[in-house]
Amino acid sequence: MSRIIKINRLKNSGFQVLGIIGTLIGLVLLAIFIGDILMDGLTRIDWDFITSLPSRFPEKSGIFTAMMGSIWILLMTAIISFPIGIGAGIYLEEYATKSRLSKILEINISNLAGVPSIIYGLLGLEVFVRILHFGSSLLSGSLTLALLILPIIIVATRESIKAVPQSIRDASYALGASKWQTIQHQVIPASFGGIMTGVILALSRAVGEAAPLIVVGALAYVPFAPKTPMDDFSVMPIQIFNWISRPQHGFIENAAAAIIILLIITFGMNAIAIYLRSRWQKRISW
Amino acid sequence: MISVMTNEENKVLNTNLLIPKTDPSKDKDYKIRTEHVDVFYKDFQALKNINLKIRPYTVTALIGPSGCGKSTYLRIFNRMNDYIEGFRLEGKVLVDDVDLYKDKVLLERLRKDVGMVFQKPNPFPKTVFENVAYGLKIQGVKDKHFIQERVEHALKQVVLWNEVKDDLKKNALALSGGQQQRLCIARTLAVEPNIILMDEPTSALDPLSTGKIEELIFELKNEYTILIVTHNMQQAGRVSDRTAFFYLGELVEEGLTKDIFLNPKKERTQNYITGRFG
Repeated sequence: MSRIIKINRLKNSGFQVLGIIGTLIGLVLLAIFIGDILMDGLTRIDWDFITSLPSRFPEKSGIFTAMMGSIWILLMTAIISFPIGIGAGIYLEEYATKSRLSKILEINISNLAGVPSIIYGLLGLEVFVRILHFGSSLLSGSLTLALLILPIIIVATRESIKAVPQSIRDASYALGASKWQTIQHQVIPASFGGIMTGVILALSRAVGEAAPLIVVGALAYVPFAPKTPMDDFSVMPIQIFNWISRPQHGFIENAAAAIIILLIITFGMNAIAIYLRSRWQKRISW
Repeated sequence: MISVMTNEENKVLNTNLLIPKTDPSKDKDYKIRTEHVDVFYKDFQALKNINLKIRPYTVTALIGPSGCGKSTYLRIFNRMNDYIEGFRLEGKVLVDDVDLYKDKVLLERLRKDVGMVFQKPNPFPKTVFENVAYGLKIQGVKDKHFIQERVEHALKQVVLWNEVKDDLKKNALALSGGQQQRLCIARTLAVEPNIILMDEPTSALDPLSTGKIEELIFELKNEYTILIVTHNMQQAGRVSDRTAFFYLGELVEEGLTKDIFLNPKKERTQNYITGRFG
C-alpha cells in the first residue's frame, strides 16, 4: 500500500520537475535573447537614432522612416480590419442562420488563420498592387496585413460574443428590443473587452510581419518618411532584416537597437491587451 | 393594450407610454383567450388543443411536471418561442381580442405590453438605474426627468427603492439574487406592461427572497394580469387565484386555485398535487 503511495508521489514530483523545466526553457531562451539584444543595442539607442533617416554609414543611420512606416501601417491596418472583422464576427454569430454554407464559411475562416503570411503577400501583390494599381504603397501593405489578421479578429469577436449568455439577450428581447438594439446595447458592450483584446493582439502580430510586405514591395531603403497612404514605405522588421544582412558591425548594433524598439512596441500593445482583458473580466462576471 | 401596427401608432410610440392604464371596470371579461392552440417544435407536439380564458387583474398559476408545456404556453404570449427552431403554432391566441399570430402584431410593441420575468435573475451587466431605464431607452424615450421618475416608481413598486436609492450607479450584478430578481421585475414594470409572465421566478432564490417576491405578486395583481409558472405547489396556493394543470402538452384541468387543490375533478391532478408523481 505505502509502496503505491510512494510511487504516485514520485510520479507527481517527477511531473512537477518536468513542468518547471519546460517553463524555464522558454523563459531562459527569451531572457538570453533579450539580454543579448540589450547588450548589443542599448548603447546605440538615442534620440538621433530614432529621428535619423537611413544612411550607408551605420553610425549616421536611424530608424525614423521605418518607424513611421510601421506606425502608418499599424493605424491603417487597424482602421481597415477593425470594422470588417468585427462586422463579420457579429454577422456570423448573431445573424447567420446555421446552414451548411455558414458552417463552410466558419471552417474556412479558421483555416485562413493558419495560412502562411507570405501567401497573403502574394495575394496582396496580385490584387492590390497589380489589379487595383495601388502600387507598392502603404495602402497595399496595410490592406494585405488587414487580410492577414482578419481571421484572428473574426475568431476573437465570435468567441467573446459567444461568452455573452443567452439570458441577457432574452431579457432584452422580452423588453421589446429589436435584434440590433440588443446587439448594440447589450452584446457589444458586454463583449467589447474581449474583442479589443483580440484586435490588439492581432495588430501586434501585424506590426512584426516582414514577409508579406516584402512581397507587396516594401523597400529596404526609403529616404523619406511616408506622408500619404500612397507613398512607398519600409517597416521596422524589414529594416532590421536589411541591417543584419550587412557586413559592418555597426549595422548589427543598429539592428539590435531597432529590435529593442520593435519589442517595446509589441510588448506595450500586449500589455494594453492584458490590461483591457482583466478590467473587462473584473467588471463583468456572470 | 395590444397594438396592431399602423403608421400613426408607430409615430406616437413614445407618447403611448404616458397613457394611463385602463380602468379595471371597463375591461372586457377576459384579457387573454387561447382557442384550440397547438404548438409544434418540428414534429414534436408541445401543446395539444389548449383552451383557456384568463380574466384581467388575476394571477393564474401554471403547474405540471417538467416538459409538460407550461413554459411553452407562457411564452406564446410574448412570442419568445419564435426564436426556437421549428416552432409552429395553430389556433388562436387572443389578447384584448387581438390575435397575436394572425394580426400584424409589432413584436417590439407586444413585448412592451407583455412583460416577462425569467427563472434565473438576469440583470444586464450595467448599473441598477440603466437596468430599469433600458426598456424606456430602447423605445426612444429621451426625457431624462421622465425616465428618472419612472425608474424610481418601478423600484418603489418592487420595494427595492430603499435598498438601492443611495447607489443607483452600482452594478446590478453586485446585488443579491433576490434583489436582482426584484430588479428584473422593476425593469419589466418600467415600460408599463399590462400582462406579466413569470417563468418560475423564485426557483433560484432563498425562502426569504421568495416570500418577498410572492408578496409583490400579490400587490401587482391590482394593476396587472399575471401568469406564473411554478413547481412549488405551496407557492401556487399562496399567490394565485386560478390554477391550470398541464400534463404532457395537455391542459388537464383549470379552475379556482382552492378547487384545484382541495377538490380536483381529475385523478391526474389529484395525483400530481399530492406528490404521487411528477
